[in-house]
Amino acid sequence: MTITIDLNGNSHEIPSDVGNVQQLLENLNLADRILIVELNKEIVPKDAYDTPIKDRDQIEIIHFVGGG
Amino acid sequence: MNERYSRQELFTPIGEGGQALIREASVFILGAGALGSAAGEMLVRAGVGRITIVDRDIIDWTNLHRQQLYTEQDVIDQLPKAVAAEKRLTAINSDVDVTGIVVDVTPNNVLDLIRGHDFIVDGTDNIEIRLLANDAALKLGGLPFFMGACVGSYGLTFPIGIKEGQPCLHCLLEILPAQTMTCDTVGVISPIVVTTAARQVADVLKYITGAEFTPKLESTDLWTGERASIDVSKLKKNSCPSCSANPTYPFLSARESMRTAVLCGRDTVQLSWPENRKFELDSFAESIRGTVSKLVHNPHLLACEYGGHRLVLFRDGRMLVHGTKDIVAAKKIAAGLLG
Repeated sequence: MTITIDLNGNSHEIPSDVGNVQQLLENLNLADRILIVELNKEIVPKDAYDTPIKDRDQIEIIHFVGGG
Repeated sequence: MNERYSRQELFTPIGEGGQALIREASVFILGAGALGSAAGEMLVRAGVGRITIVDRDIIDWTNLHRQQLYTEQDVIDQLPKAVAAEKRLTAINSDVDVTGIVVDVTPNNVLDLIRGHDFIVDGTDNIEIRLLANDAALKLGGLPFFMGACVGSYGLTFPIGIKEGQPCLHCLLEILPAQTMTCDTVGVISPIVVTTAARQVADVLKYITGAEFTPKLESTDLWTGERASIDVSKLKKNSCPSCSANPTYPFLSARESMRTAVLCGRDTVQLSWPENRKFELDSFAESIRGTVSKLVHNPHLLACEYGGHRLVLFRDGRMLVHGTKDIVAAKKIAAGLLG
């Protein structure tokens, strides 16, 4: 079973056991990055990464990188 | 008046009035690597009045696929990036007053370097120096800082200080990363450099010409097609040590001793001596001529091979030790030569 989210403008399938923002970040291998997460146009604070994720949610994630 | 900027003036949001404002702009470009090269070229072509571009490094073969101001001859001549950038940018537009400075930007010199410019364009390669620039911009009265960063096929931008009530970089970075992805670890392709710099420069042109816009944190991945644009207004922190009502500017207060850094994208350690110890390159070259091999000496630097490593000494009191990421080994090599 999977659910489909809109991730940074692309349709993205994730396992349905990925239930919240924290688990999504782990699924995407982004959990140890410095990042800003937006769920349905609202920024999710770090202490609210247990916010549930549902089918068709719109999610934007921007992580910081060093290079340039 | 020639027609040089006519197509830019025909663009209605700029017009002749906007072009006059661009002409008055005094720009500080922090770093003359990939982003600094791309942004610098766009800004001189656009016709800004003055550019200062600073960098601590020399040009290397591994730079040429993405650092658009440089040529093979610059590598052969072992030119510092700031010197080659000044030459190339002046050749592109001799109306612009371009100054390249070979220097390592530190808490001790950052304010003096930036003071007198209208804003900062980010061409750096690590988060620590971005936070230093962020503090310096705030300390100098809130100069705009057009942040940009990229690795792989991914880049992000965020214009800071262009509108009241917006967060600074420190507000966004609660925890400092122990390690971020760098060009050294995951590589980088030139299209994301140009894309990232283009966003920075577009925001610069909008800012100079007085266009109203809400700054957003934006990212793009050119390989996957992913894009994101987040309004981060709500992340402004009233307790931020850098931009609150009673700032301490923590990144400006670091005290300097012998400093070391492993350079991004390079198997190289940089050693910086305290209190700007200056190397007298001419006399030093004579004194080590018998000790080292492959000695190259130009007005900006002295390069040689010693102890199995290529060394580059800059007049401003720095040495690059190539062929190692081991700071202790690099210090030992330097001590062997300098005493």
